[in-house]
This record gives sequence, structure tokens and C-alpha cells, in this order.
Amino acid sequence: MAFRSAVVTFPGSNCDRDLAVALEKISGTECIRVWHGDAELPDNLDFIGLPGGFSYGDYLRCGAIASRSPVMQAVIEAANRGVPVFGVCNGFQVLTESGLLPGALLRNSGIRFVCREVSLKVENAQSLFTSGYESGQHIRIPVAHHDGNYHADEETLDRLEGEGRVAFRYAEDVNGSARQIAGVLNAAGNVLGMMPHPERAIENTHGGTDGRALFESAIRGLVGA
Amino acid sequence: MKVRVHVSLKPGVLDPQGRAIHHSLEGLGFSGVNDVRAGRLFELDVADSVSDEAIDDMCRKLLANMVIENYRIEKVA
Repeated sequence: MAFRSAVVTFPGSNCDRDLAVALEKISGTECIRVWHGDAELPDNLDFIGLPGGFSYGDYLRCGAIASRSPVMQAVIEAANRGVPVFGVCNGFQVLTESGLLPGALLRNSGIRFVCREVSLKVENAQSLFTSGYESGQHIRIPVAHHDGNYHADEETLDRLEGEGRVAFRYAEDVNGSARQIAGVLNAAGNVLGMMPHPERAIENTHGGTDGRALFESAIRGLVGA
Repeated sequence: MKVRVHVSLKPGVLDPQGRAIHHSLEGLGFSGVNDVRAGRLFELDVADSVSDEAIDDMCRKLLANMVIENYRIEKVA
């Protein structure tokens, strides 16, 4: 069975091509590109990617307008049916704003835009997206964001930790995120949002390939090796 | 009808922008400022037929993020 993925482009997305290229290179199949104004998604998708960037110029709040766009109604329905949805950076912000993931992403505690490679600790290596890693493994993945400071109330944070829904944690303080959380899963495990960019670490010319295992895990989990 | 919606961060939510503004005020020599919290003000011009419930719905569904923000609706005229 061929892997069938789609990446959504919002006005202001700028990592949509990177994400689509990563999916295509690793799966060997074409990634369908979807526009924010599309009210429907292609049929029978195995994977939906929400890319990084500055959708709608970050107006109102990062991801706020994008999360109310026509295509997101279809993405929310698909996610609730169990279709895997992966949001990177601005895509993570869109997922929290849409309510598919808990919490919110605030301005970095240090005010500054942070653009560098960081060390992440894999907290849950059993999810669809992370089974290619070892639990506790440290990986190097680039970040580039101004609003990546993950916030949720203590009760929510305790629940996320208790249910194994913290997928990745920063190995150092990068942006002030509560409990250094870098990526979270939904309760069903089919939605992952993370601030770091694994699609920017899939080949040697990127300076590292630690992001590959995320896409490989998902593709293998969905269509078999 | 003019409606103002004041959106502010919930108490306890870190506000790095407010902190930077506070720091800048101190840099300008203003003393006695204990804290600064930055928020947002929306001015809506709405038809008189728009209900209070609808305005409240606008706040909850878009203008404020209820995870981190509170809002207050003020009818101006």
C-alpha cells in the first residue's frame, strides 16, 4: 500500500515545501499539497502535515487565524477519525489554537527569536511518530521560533506526563517552556505537535539526520516496512 | 454599537513582553512601577441587533485564547 500524505499551506507558511520534500524523500511517494481555503481534504490520507512559518502574519496570536480556516475544519474532523496529524512549529501553534492539542505557545521567555540546533530528549518512544527512537535518546534538531514557550496549567501538565504524552523534551532551557516540553501528543496518539523542525534534519547536507526516524516511524507504522 | 473587548493574560501566565516594557520604563527613569502586564484592545463596530451572547461567543471562539487569556466586554455607545 502506498503512503498517501498531504501538507497544508496557509498564507505565510514557509516550511511547507521542506515538510513535503521530507515526506516524499522518505516515503518515495508524492505528497499532495493542500491550500488553506480548501474545504475538503483529499480522500484516504495516511498523514497530514501542518508546516512551520508565519500563517496569516501571526496576526491576533500565532496560529489563531489559521486554526479557524476552512481546511482546518476538515483537518480536525480527520484527526478525530484517527488520521495522523503532525504539526511543526507554526503547525504546533495551529494545533493548540484549534484545540486538537492542549496548552498554548507563548512568547519565548527570553523575548528573542531562537534559531539554532538544540538537543532533545525522546520521552515517549512508543508513539506512531517516535517508535524509531529509543526512550531517553538525545537527538539534535533545529529550532527557529519566537513563540515556542509551551504553557498549560499544572493539572494538564501532570496529565500529559502521566499519560506519556510528552513526546520530546528540550535537554536545556530553550524558550521557557513548562517542564521543558518540546512536543506533545493527543490522547489518542495520532496528533503530534512540536516546535523543533525534524524536516530540517533528514540528510547530511542539513548537518544532521536525527529527524529522519520520525518520518520513518510514521510511514512504517502506517503502511508497513 | 461600539464594543470594546479587553483581552489580558490570566494571572500567573508569564508575560515576557510586559516584563520588557517594565524594564524599559525603569530605563527611562520612571520609578515606582511594580509590574506591567501587556494586553490587547479590540474595538468592534457591531449592528444593534447583535446579541450579548454573540459578542461573548466571538471572544471565546477567536478574540481570546481561553487557555491563557481572560476578556472583558465594554459597551461604549
